[in-house]
Amino acid sequence: MHPSTNQPELIEVEEGTKIIKGSNVIITTLDKVVNWGRSNSLWPLTFGLACCAIEMMAAGASHLDLDRFGILFRASPRQADVIIIAGTVTYKMAPIVKMVYDQMPEPKYVVAMGSCACTGGIFNTYSTVQGADQFLPVDVYVPGCPPRPEALMYGLIKLQEKIMKEQGRWGSWK
Amino acid sequence: MGQLEIEKISDTTFVLQMGPHHPATHGVLKLWCEFEGERVINIKPDVGYLHRGVEKLSESKTYPGAMTLTDRLDYISSMTNNIGYCLTVERLMGIEPPRRAKFIRTIVSEMTRLSSHLLWLATHALDIGAMTVFLYAFREREQILQFFEKICGARLTVSYPRIGGVRVDIEKNVLDEIDKFMDEMLRRVDEYETLLTENRIWLSRTKGVGQITAEEAVSLGLTGPALRGSGVYYDIRKLMPYDAYPEVEFEVPLGENGDTYDRYLCRIREMRQSALIVKQCIEKMPEGEVLSEKSPDIDIPHQGKRKIEAGDSLWSGFIAFSQEKHDLMPKGEIYSAIEAPKGELGFYIVSDGSGRPYRMRVRAPSFIHISAIPKLCEGHLLADVIAIIGTLDIVMGEADR
Repeated sequence: MHPSTNQPELIEVEEGTKIIKGSNVIITTLDKVVNWGRSNSLWPLTFGLACCAIEMMAAGASHLDLDRFGILFRASPRQADVIIIAGTVTYKMAPIVKMVYDQMPEPKYVVAMGSCACTGGIFNTYSTVQGADQFLPVDVYVPGCPPRPEALMYGLIKLQEKIMKEQGRWGSWK
Repeated sequence: MGQLEIEKISDTTFVLQMGPHHPATHGVLKLWCEFEGERVINIKPDVGYLHRGVEKLSESKTYPGAMTLTDRLDYISSMTNNIGYCLTVERLMGIEPPRRAKFIRTIVSEMTRLSSHLLWLATHALDIGAMTVFLYAFREREQILQFFEKICGARLTVSYPRIGGVRVDIEKNVLDEIDKFMDEMLRRVDEYETLLTENRIWLSRTKGVGQITAEEAVSLGLTGPALRGSGVYYDIRKLMPYDAYPEVEFEVPLGENGDTYDRYLCRIREMRQSALIVKQCIEKMPEGEVLSEKSPDIDIPHQGKRKIEAGDSLWSGFIAFSQEKHDLMPKGEIYSAIEAPKGELGFYIVSDGSGRPYRMRVRAPSFIHISAIPKLCEGHLLADVIAIIGTLDIVMGEADR
């Protein structure tokens, strides 16, 4: 309490977030809380298609360790937030990728990893889908053939930044 | 299990579709499994979910250009794919790579074998339930990939070997580092063995699972550790030696029973042999050029002596390969195979004398190993199917091409 006005003293720790002095209370918007929680526990689906999946595994394994960003791989689409399209999508595989994507609960995000998932890459053939964005709403593109695990990490950090800017995506009554 | 569709045939038998999105199918393999209770009656593999048209695409690329496609066949061991392709084209053109290049190729292909077997060990153990091995194996695999980066600048899809040699020389200090790492690698393999070889869960999950006799394995066309696990002495490095393999000493580990455990032991022993081969090669490494004078390399050469000028053999090679007819490439057809980490990797090339392959066929070990899944799974439980897929070391990139 401020002695003269009987009003609690607010300290602004960052833009839009205030702490009431002397208590354990933080005042902020619901958007910020939801986005903070969502972006720091991104659970991608264990879903490898081709070469890029090996680099995705390397990113999740001991040396680079995606766990420190709160990114844990989940084997079931029902528990996943992000689908990383890691590799070439063929015409035979595309309906299954779409089915797996449809099984994921909202909110869901798509990362296109590698040249094949971004544009089709070097495989401009009769059997290859020329980019995952032809049938999925891609949020982040990570180019490279295959991209380094650090590049995938950068892409996922960019996705976290994107989620932090979302507004009102937290309820059926929005 | 991402996608499950169960079709009931009678009261006791039903059909289960496993894959193509299943964490344990090592890519996009689909299996139509017919069960009675929990026992497998019949399995039908369904491939083609990663068919990218590599063979057709290579017909539109020049011989040096088509090599980048071979990286993406078996993406876990791209060095050996490149070497297999380069050897085939070299034998067709009649080029002999310099001696130093042969030793460098042997070093990188054995390092690839190590990294491929490490990934196999990691995923196979993870599927059966040993998570720790996954983290241990990826630690060493990352170091090998960092060596590849020091050698050629790429981690996974390297395109390092060239028709008639390799792209750049390996520096002395990198060779010393590799030599030191191989000593450590031998100790690490012992470490993996302490986790698995006498582990009771591991033994009960792998012993007697997916057993196959030597005759059956040969008639199914299995190669590599999958065949040697049944006790058949077939290793192209010994029987049809290429590169520097005639000059190094190594053993070919053989199994006895032909089950999943023996194939595991074979691969573990092979990793030790690979480390020893690399050490021998570094010791015997000769000096000299790493790219043959006749090489149709279209890259900017790194040796100071060779500069691209009009009229130079390199430049004319580049021009020639982009033209319809030239005298560099003879007409004819050739099949040549190498011992890739997964088995016999063969390339069959038909040349019509132009700068592009008329037909390129890849004899991929994974594709043939998939055809053995129904035989191996006979009478086993659902959980054993996962162990059998793991033990065959399948990569869908080269199976579907």
